[in-house]
Parts: sequence; structure tokens; C-alpha cells
Amino acid sequence: MSTTVESTTEIRPFRADIPEEKIDDLRRRIAAARWPSKELVEDRSQGVQLATLQELARYWANEYDFGRVEERLNALPQFTTEIDGVEIHFIHAKSAHENALPLIMTHGWPGSVIELLEAIGPLTDPTAHGRTAEDAFDLVLPSLPGYGFSGEPTELGWNVGRIAQAWAELMRRVGYTRYVAQGGDVGASVTDQMGRQAPEGLLGIHTNLLVTGLAGGEHPSDTEEEKAALAALATFRASGFGYFLEQATRPQTIGYALLDSPVALAAWMLDHDTDAYYKIFSAFVDGQPSGNLTRDHILDNVTLYWLTGTGASAARSYWENGQAQARAAAAGQAPPEASLPVGFTQFPGEIFLAPRSWVEQGYPNLTYFNKAERGGHFAAWEEPELFSTEVRAAFRSLR
Amino acid sequence: MTSTTVETAAEIRPFHVDVPDEELDDLRRRVAATRWPEKETVGDQSQGVQLATIQALARYWGSDYDFRRFEARLNAFPQFITEIDGLDIHFIHVKSAHENALPLIITHGWPGSVLELLETIGPLTDPTAHGGEAEDAFDVVIPSMPGYGFSSQPTDVGWDSGRIAAAWADLMDRLGYTRYVAQGGDQGAGVTDAMGRQAPDGLLGVHFNFLDAVPRELLMAALNLRLAFSADDRAQLGKVVGIVMRGYIAEMGEHPQTIGYSLLDSPIGLAAWMLDHDADSYEKISRAFLDGEPSGGLTRDTVLDNITLYWLTSTGASTSRLYWETGRAATASLKDPPPHVTLPVAYTVFPDELFQAPRHWVRHAYHNLVYYNEAPKGGHFAAWEEPEIFSQEMRAAFASLRNGRSS
Repeated sequence: MSTTVESTTEIRPFRADIPEEKIDDLRRRIAAARWPSKELVEDRSQGVQLATLQELARYWANEYDFGRVEERLNALPQFTTEIDGVEIHFIHAKSAHENALPLIMTHGWPGSVIELLEAIGPLTDPTAHGRTAEDAFDLVLPSLPGYGFSGEPTELGWNVGRIAQAWAELMRRVGYTRYVAQGGDVGASVTDQMGRQAPEGLLGIHTNLLVTGLAGGEHPSDTEEEKAALAALATFRASGFGYFLEQATRPQTIGYALLDSPVALAAWMLDHDTDAYYKIFSAFVDGQPSGNLTRDHILDNVTLYWLTGTGASAARSYWENGQAQARAAAAGQAPPEASLPVGFTQFPGEIFLAPRSWVEQGYPNLTYFNKAERGGHFAAWEEPELFSTEVRAAFRSLR
Repeated sequence: MTSTTVETAAEIRPFHVDVPDEELDDLRRRVAATRWPEKETVGDQSQGVQLATIQALARYWGSDYDFRRFEARLNAFPQFITEIDGLDIHFIHVKSAHENALPLIITHGWPGSVLELLETIGPLTDPTAHGGEAEDAFDVVIPSMPGYGFSSQPTDVGWDSGRIAAAWADLMDRLGYTRYVAQGGDQGAGVTDAMGRQAPDGLLGVHFNFLDAVPRELLMAALNLRLAFSADDRAQLGKVVGIVMRGYIAEMGEHPQTIGYSLLDSPIGLAAWMLDHDADSYEKISRAFLDGEPSGGLTRDTVLDNITLYWLTSTGASTSRLYWETGRAATASLKDPPPHVTLPVAYTVFPDELFQAPRHWVRHAYHNLVYYNEAPKGGHFAAWEEPEIFSQEMRAAFASLRNGRSS
């Protein structure tokens, strides 16, 4: 019995190894895409435009280097370990500096650890990026259950609360007794949960999406800034909510197309928010990427979803969260307060610009609030240097 | 020159379905090459179309199913194409052998097509062979909506139910009908509702098997269920609100192009999206594939006929766009409400429909309600599932509007 316990808590090195046949099959499927007629509008108002997706497909099949995902991931120390019955894949990049602060960062949907890779250098090796050794972090970047090279849960209940518990166990297992946590998108929900669960050793959290603002309920609406945030949320709910509702209610249904058609997968993943969409559009159609949201980086992420076959399992994470929220609402439960120190950065292209008042409402112990000058929903991906600057500043007082 | 143009455009040309072998081969190949997700993590349909159901569908589609079925079924009826308002409109036109047959235009919905209505053609046009009287006969016109089936796809915005309704009035006029009735469920109910409001010359009355025009004050009240409604009202309003929260409606209403890529490139993606309409029809279709126990006309073959038609006509995106148009039109109608329907309205409640509109809702929406009935069997796809019952409803609903019988 002790053998079992030992083997399940074991941390094993991991390398991505993708069979050539899978890549050939992917290339064949992209080339054989059957296209719909062009949308009837000249903007994003009917969804991902045909010109964007056809250019993506052309580049993907003809110019993109399919070995990139493997190379980029295998350049980093990767591991897997079983937690709560699910195999968790993670990158563990330690700083060369002593007293580096351990930081667990959680990606979102339609992201993956890929969106965080460019932040690893600035965070673990600050002296090479114009900062001092005292700014260094040891980084743990896990793949969410059902995403990338983590296992797909086969049982119910893997909502963000359970993932937060798994992350605390992961940090304990890796040997960290004092650490901080960060996340955007779904990662912000996981990090929010960690803040509320306050596991031993967690010193504070930072998020770049205000999940307490997304959750609904009453928010201050007096100032222009507050009114604008409410309006932006209403626009998002009225014009870009289909993916959210479908994944939260029918993940299996959309899963069939996401597993079977690479262009369907790419379209679904590109259609997240208006700001990110137009930036990606610009990268493919005009050859003008915004920051690090380049054609190659975008396709690295889509290719990872394809090769790991995780379209349905990633979508299911929305269903799990929807179930958890419905249960909490039915029970009339308010989540426990996050009493740990909280940092928040507002990026200007985010779905809504959370005013300080909203952040304070969600996190009474707000110790850091800042507005970054550039970047959107995928802040770490698009602006890794700026993002790293924010993370350093947010956690400086907790070192 | 102008008159020539007008003549050409108004021409009615016979139409015959003819699918090239290569397209069928490609479809068969794609079904066989499907890359599957893992099984859902629940034991029911609460995460969407279940893997066992869709794999059973794929097995049957890829092996025993006759890909030429839908072609043969359509070609068994007189089909035509005519250009209306810049679009080629495909329609089936079957005349009754009986004199004084009442012309009836029936509009299908999503994820349906003219195929869902084929089995009603016999009972409606030839009632004496189906237990009815010669006086029950209809001449039937069944058009494919723009962007659906063999009608062409709009290339500009604005083809909402109002514009389709106006096109249908043109179509009936072009066929020479001066007195006719109209029927629809699902999106077809939206079109038929618009026809009722436009009240074109010759339209005598309309029948619905879906309440597209749920009274707005009821919907608003649904947000505050403490208001004094009956238990039945509250139950039905809950079902209506549930429809609004469906992912497929949000996605097709907001970003039809995005889901369009799935529906064009993956036959199984298309099949799953089409099967996931409502819980009742899903369970029935699932039973047809898993247990070999279809509900009425919703058999494996007819379900696949419809999906195969969507695939071969490449209409996944263009059919979805109708929801986008419907959404825009609904927003516009908040500011500029359409006129009331003053024509006679008939309504049939099918017991397994998304919601069972109480009579007082229907009367609230349509003051001139001349017929209301609860059918014994059938769901959202009533004409498809229960063509005989549906046809009986047509006869009963429109009996009072026929020649010499109306007041």
C-alpha cells in the first residue's frame, strides 16, 4: 500500500513526443477543409471571418513548422504527477537566483501553458531583462486538467475549486512552503479559489481578469469608468457569449467538431473576444502581430489542442464551473472571503476594464492595483515583459 | 429589355436533385475518418450529444445508409426553382387531384428542411387515401428557406423572416393562387407569423405548431416569477427561458460564421450540432439509433436524409445565419413593433414541444384565434414525427376558412 502512495505522488520528468503520422494527418485535414460561403458583413459581427481563417489555414499547412510545439516545450523542464486521480503536466522553471519567490501561474481557455512561455525568461531570470536578482521567481506552470498534456478527468467535479486544491498539493509536493499564485481567464478563477481556500504557504495572489466582476451581482456604477465596465460586460454577453454558453451547457456536442476538424477548432479558439480577435486577424491578414501574438505563437497553441485531442475536455471545464456555480447559487452560498493580499492589473484590451472600486469590492485586502499601458485578455502572451513587470510589482511586498 | 428581365426572373423552372458520386465518396470518407473525443463524463444528455449515440449514427451513416435516399425522396415530387428578390428559391409543389383544394404553403425550420414535411404531402393532397374527405384536400407548396437546402444562399444581410414572408407571398402569387393559407413551426413559425402580420392579398389565415410570438409581457414577467401566474404558466415560462439559454441559439444568433466552419468541414460535427436541438427530439433520435425504436417518422434513415442534405448542399453556415438575422430583427422590433395579426389564426399544441403554450398565451398573441387544439402525440418536429396527426390538424384548423364555409 505504501508503494501505491509513493508511486502516485511521484514526480516524473516529461517530454512531448508527437508521432509524425499525427502531424501528417493534421496537415491532410487542413488541406482538405471544406469552406462555408463568406460572411455577409465586413467585420467580426458574424464571427471569425473567412479571410482570417483561410489565411490561417494556408499558413498552417504550408509554412508553419509543426515541430515548434514540441521544441518549445521540451526546451523547458516538464514533469507529470498524479494528483487526486488525474495526471497533471507542469513546467517547473527554477531561477538561478537565491531566494526566488515560488509562483504558480495558471493559463485559461483557449490558452495553455504556451501562452505563458515567454514570461518564463523575465520572471526567472530578471537580471537578463533589466531587473535585479531580488525580482526572481521560481515558476510552476501546470496544464489544467483536460488541457494539453494533463490527463482528462473521467469523473465529475473538476471545477476550479478542486483544481485550486490540486495546485496547493502540487506546490507542497514540489517542496514550496511559501509561494504566490497568478492567473488570467480560467486561471484567474482557479487563482481566486486558491485565495479563498488560503492553503498553507500561499502568501498572496494576482489576477488579470476580475472574476468577481464577471460573476454578476451588483457592482458600483456611478463613475464613467464604472459605467463603461458595465457596458463592456453587457456587450460581451450580447455578442460574444455563444462559445461560453455552449461550452458551459453542451461541451460534448461542440467537442465533436473540435476533435474532427482543425479549421473548426481554430475558428472556435480564435473567437474569444473582440480585441484578441482583431489582433490575431491583423497578424494573419495584415502580417502585423500585436506584441507576441504572432502567427506562429497562435498556431502553437491551436496545434497543441489538436495534437492532444483536448477540444471537448477543455470545453467541459466550463460545464464543471457552470455546475459548481449553479449548485452554489441554489444553496445560497457566498464564497468565503479572500483574506490574503490580492494584486490586480487591468490590461487595456481586456473584455472589461475592472475599475478599482470593483476590484476592492471583490477583494477587500487589495494590496496592489495598476493599469498596464498595453495588452489584452492574453496579457502574458501578448506582452510578456509588461506582464512580468506587473507580477514583480504586485508581489514585491510579499517577499 | 426590362420586360424580358422581369419575365426571366419570374420564370419557374423544374428542378431535379442530382448529386455527383465524388461528393458522396468524400462524405463517406470523412465519416469513416472521424477523430472522436473521449466519452462525456455523465450518464445522460446533460453534456450534449452522447458519444454512443453519435457513434451509432456514424456507423449506420458509413455502412448501411443509402446516400441516394434523400435524392430519390425529393425527386419523387415535382420540384421547381424560381428567382424571388434576387435569390433562387427551391420549392416542392404538389397539387391535389380534388377540385377546390385549398392552397397551403408550409415552412420548415432549423435544423429541418423540406424533408421534414414530405410525409404530410400524401395525407394533405390526397385525403381520401388517408381517411379524410375530398373537401379536406390541399394543394401544397413547400419552399426551402433562403440559405437552406437547394435554395440559394443570401449574399447580403436582411433576409430575416419578414423578407422571407414577403417572398412567400410573391411565390404564391406567381403560382397563381389568390386564396391560400400558411403554416409553420420553429423558424417556419417566425416566417408564418410575419406573413400573418403582412397579410398579403389572398392569405386567408395561418396555423402554427410553435409560438414564435410569446407575448413580451409574459417574458418580462418571467424574470419575476413572484407575479401571480398559475403553476402551469410558471412551468411553461421556465421552459421558454430555458430556450433562450441554449448554446446553439446564442452561437448561431451571434457568430454563425464561427460555427459554420465546424458544420461545413466535419460531418460528425454537423450531425451532433443538428441532433442537439431539444431534449425530447434528442432522446427520440437517440433511441432510433441505439435501440432501433424510432418515434413515428423520426427514423434513422429520415434523420440522416436531413443531415445528408445539409452536408451536400453545404448550408451549415447559411442556415445558421438565419438566427443572426432573426436576432437583429427582434432587436429592431423592440423599437418598431410589427402590426398585430388580424387574420384568423389556428394553433396546435404538441405534447412534447419545447413548451406547451397555454391557450390564453396564444390568444394574447393572436386575438383572432379561431382554432386551438392539443394533439395526442408528437414533439418539436411534429410534421416529421407524426405526419398523419399533423395533417388532421391542418384539416381541422383550416376547415372554417375554405370556400363557401367561411362566413
